[in-house]
Amino acid sequence: MSSHSTTYVPKNAAAKWLESRLPIIGLVHSSFVAFPVPRNLTYFWTFGAILMVMLVIQLVTGIVLAMHYTPHADHAFTSVEHIMRNVEYGWLLRYMHANGASFFFIAVYIHIFRGLFYGSYKAPREVLWILGVIILLLMMATAFMGYVLPWGQMSFWGATVITNLFSVIPLVGDTIVSFLWGGYSVGNPTLNRFFSLHYLLPFMILGVAMLHVWALHVPGNNNPTGVPIKSGKDAVPFHPYMTVKDTFSIVCFLAVYAWFVFYLPNYLGHADNYVPANPSATPAHIVPEWYFLPFYAILRAVPDALLGVILMFASIAVLAFLPWLDTSRVRSGSYRPVFKVLFWGFVVTCLMLGWLGSRPAEGIYVILSQIFTFLYFAYFLIAMPLLGLLEKPLPLPNSITEAVLGKKAASGSGMPVGAAAEPQSKG
Amino acid sequence: MAETTTAQEPTRRDFLFLATGAVGAVGVAAAAWPFVAQLAPDAQTVAAGAPIEVDLAPIAEGQIVKMFWRGKLIFVRNRTPAEIEAARAVPLDDLKDPEADQARVMEGRENWLVIYGNCTHLGCVPLDFQGQYGGWFCPCHGSVFDTSGRIRQGPAPINLPVPPYRFATDTSIVIGEAA
Amino acid sequence: MKKTLIIAGAVAASLVASATFPFGSAQAAGAGVTPPKQEWSFAGPFGTYDRAQLQRGFLVFKTVCASCHGLEKVAFRNLAEPGGPEYSEAQVEAFAAEFIVDGGFDEFGDPRTRPATPADFWPSPFANPQQAASANGGKAPPDLSVMAKARTYERGFPWWITDVFTQYNENGVDYVAAFLKGYVDPPEDFDPALGNYNLYYPGHVVAMPNVLFDGGIEYPRDDQDRPVVPETVEQYAKDVTAFLMWTAEPHLESRKAMGLQVMVFLLVFAGLLYFTKKRIWARVGGETEGHAAG
Repeated sequence: MSSHSTTYVPKNAAAKWLESRLPIIGLVHSSFVAFPVPRNLTYFWTFGAILMVMLVIQLVTGIVLAMHYTPHADHAFTSVEHIMRNVEYGWLLRYMHANGASFFFIAVYIHIFRGLFYGSYKAPREVLWILGVIILLLMMATAFMGYVLPWGQMSFWGATVITNLFSVIPLVGDTIVSFLWGGYSVGNPTLNRFFSLHYLLPFMILGVAMLHVWALHVPGNNNPTGVPIKSGKDAVPFHPYMTVKDTFSIVCFLAVYAWFVFYLPNYLGHADNYVPANPSATPAHIVPEWYFLPFYAILRAVPDALLGVILMFASIAVLAFLPWLDTSRVRSGSYRPVFKVLFWGFVVTCLMLGWLGSRPAEGIYVILSQIFTFLYFAYFLIAMPLLGLLEKPLPLPNSITEAVLGKKAASGSGMPVGAAAEPQSKG
Repeated sequence: MAETTTAQEPTRRDFLFLATGAVGAVGVAAAAWPFVAQLAPDAQTVAAGAPIEVDLAPIAEGQIVKMFWRGKLIFVRNRTPAEIEAARAVPLDDLKDPEADQARVMEGRENWLVIYGNCTHLGCVPLDFQGQYGGWFCPCHGSVFDTSGRIRQGPAPINLPVPPYRFATDTSIVIGEAA
Repeated sequence: MKKTLIIAGAVAASLVASATFPFGSAQAAGAGVTPPKQEWSFAGPFGTYDRAQLQRGFLVFKTVCASCHGLEKVAFRNLAEPGGPEYSEAQVEAFAAEFIVDGGFDEFGDPRTRPATPADFWPSPFANPQQAASANGGKAPPDLSVMAKARTYERGFPWWITDVFTQYNENGVDYVAAFLKGYVDPPEDFDPALGNYNLYYPGHVVAMPNVLFDGGIEYPRDDQDRPVVPETVEQYAKDVTAFLMWTAEPHLESRKAMGLQVMVFLLVFAGLLYFTKKRIWARVGGETEGHAAG
């Protein structure tokens, strides 16, 4: 992927033969074995690996579920129950897939907030960050279409409400909506195309995730100090140090996931989705999945439908511009006293929006939604540009080693293994 | 020699490049079109979405009948004189989406109200004869509609829309064909 | 490390939770009264169905519910499968044979019928939804196959958080059992023309009439000819609800059993990984995290 030369030396003739024709082992070696990572990464830096595992779980469970599922309005609900009852371990695969979506989003939100706090979006990682925003968008599209497939009441009405959003686009809105539906309302053609796209998009996520890893391996990992690797002492090779740490973190995460899959499999879902889709009766509360609620709150915060839709899409798009909106020269939030407060305020804002997204759009909830929508955008559009100019950051350490081991260790002799991991000077 | 060619040739070459590029672009666009167009409602769906004829004779005064046209719910209501009067008595200024009852029904057939049956807020199905105006009440977010299907209270932004329809005979209508 | 893990956990928990607690079901939201929590044998990490209770519940279903409600996702064979009421194969064949089902066509092309076999699904009491509706005052009785999962009630703060730890997810059965017992005397201003009054049904007006009465169904007797459990509405409601939980979640027992194995495996593996990680990081003087010395 990256163009730096590898330290991999083929040990036998077969490996040498392959390496001179397709240097793939060397690529893997330099990306996932010898790759130097800062020695002070916390567990927040393990969520990238967790996300890879979740993506693989979703792909594998999804592919086998598709072998038993029928994407037809008359049979979809029954075929899901068929999986739950008759297919060997079908209940396990389906509950893994349904809860896997939620845990994918839990991991991705932690991953994003980690990036926000430690300034992982700043130069030279802008492209890495933007690829991440694209992955988030693809994940949302995939999750939304996946939730339609069981063809329960919430599937049907969720699809109706969300596809109807596009009708507010001037001039072409109605045409777009009928092209989404393949008819005059949400129906069998809609279900069919959603199934097709739900199968396709995860592979696009996989592709963009590979670009994301590539873009990570050019500048290397950010770290809690935000100070780049300056000498071999600051780094450790990816393997075995991060591989073992990532694996430990993955297993802990899977334990929480398993808790839901085996003991609370329907906790994160809606009871209404066990009622077959019925176009002539609506659920009392049409609520999206929990991971969409903050965006749903922003959508409904303003009375004008078009503005609401624009704001909802803008709330994700604004993330892509963050590298240029944040004017601070200091990367890590650890050395930014005012930023720290605002960051946690932003976390609370997102949680409040999530709560408001679940409430009916009336009375005090609308006013609160407007306030928190304002705060959401104010973080990106007002706080980030101004704070960099006004804030007085704390003194930065000279190196990662100095930050974690004190000045003395930093000036002393180097760590035994760290020297093996030469930091990259260029891509 | 080389210099004379650079003076003369570029325009001809530019045109050639442009023409080649343009023809290629047309080819790409033409090849892409079937992949976009297939998203449109298919012929069978369009055929199934043809206008439907509804016999009004069995619908008694005060009754509401529901049907689907193009997958959307439609209410046909045979209104009582009191319900018509109630709908017409309200001043237009009091309405969120001002529209006279006269504009929502056919002249001379004021008792027949034909409207879409999905709440204009989020598409729920309002309940018949409920709410303080005796029209409809949406259980989802509390929108109240009057006997003309107009929004009177709650979050729905506009009145329940009137689908295109015409009277084929005195006792039957065709939904899907404008009058 | 501890601190970051706690924060990560808190963020994850609040993200999940902030979103989850308001999910009242359509049917159970609104003006419904919170149903009382009941003891269920299948609750908790080690929960299993009580076979005798499932068999009694099946009796209630067959005697009362089945005349109006379908159970179309359940096949007769399921009644003999492990983790359910576990009737014998012979009993199931006898149950099935009581029903006459569509048997395809004979050699002249005329429709044929045959007795049902264990491989057949529970036949619906009505030919189609229109017939079901017209026979029941305009409202078709819903299929009960997944009813125990299709209903819920709003838990509210802080229970939606504690439920994650206590594994309470019997919302559906608590509601269904309460509903079946909810046909109490209506308030004086209740208009009986609207329908039947039910304390727990959201909005209180329901098309379904009361169907359970004390002593209405004869339960199995012990050797002194006394019913093994009381023949009361309370007991009938509980038994048939447990049966409906099984129809909704027939693999609950294997799910929970496998869950224990998986949890034990993951915890042991995590423990080993933790010490392996310590050993490996010791080569570079131990783990160094974060941004401050110490």
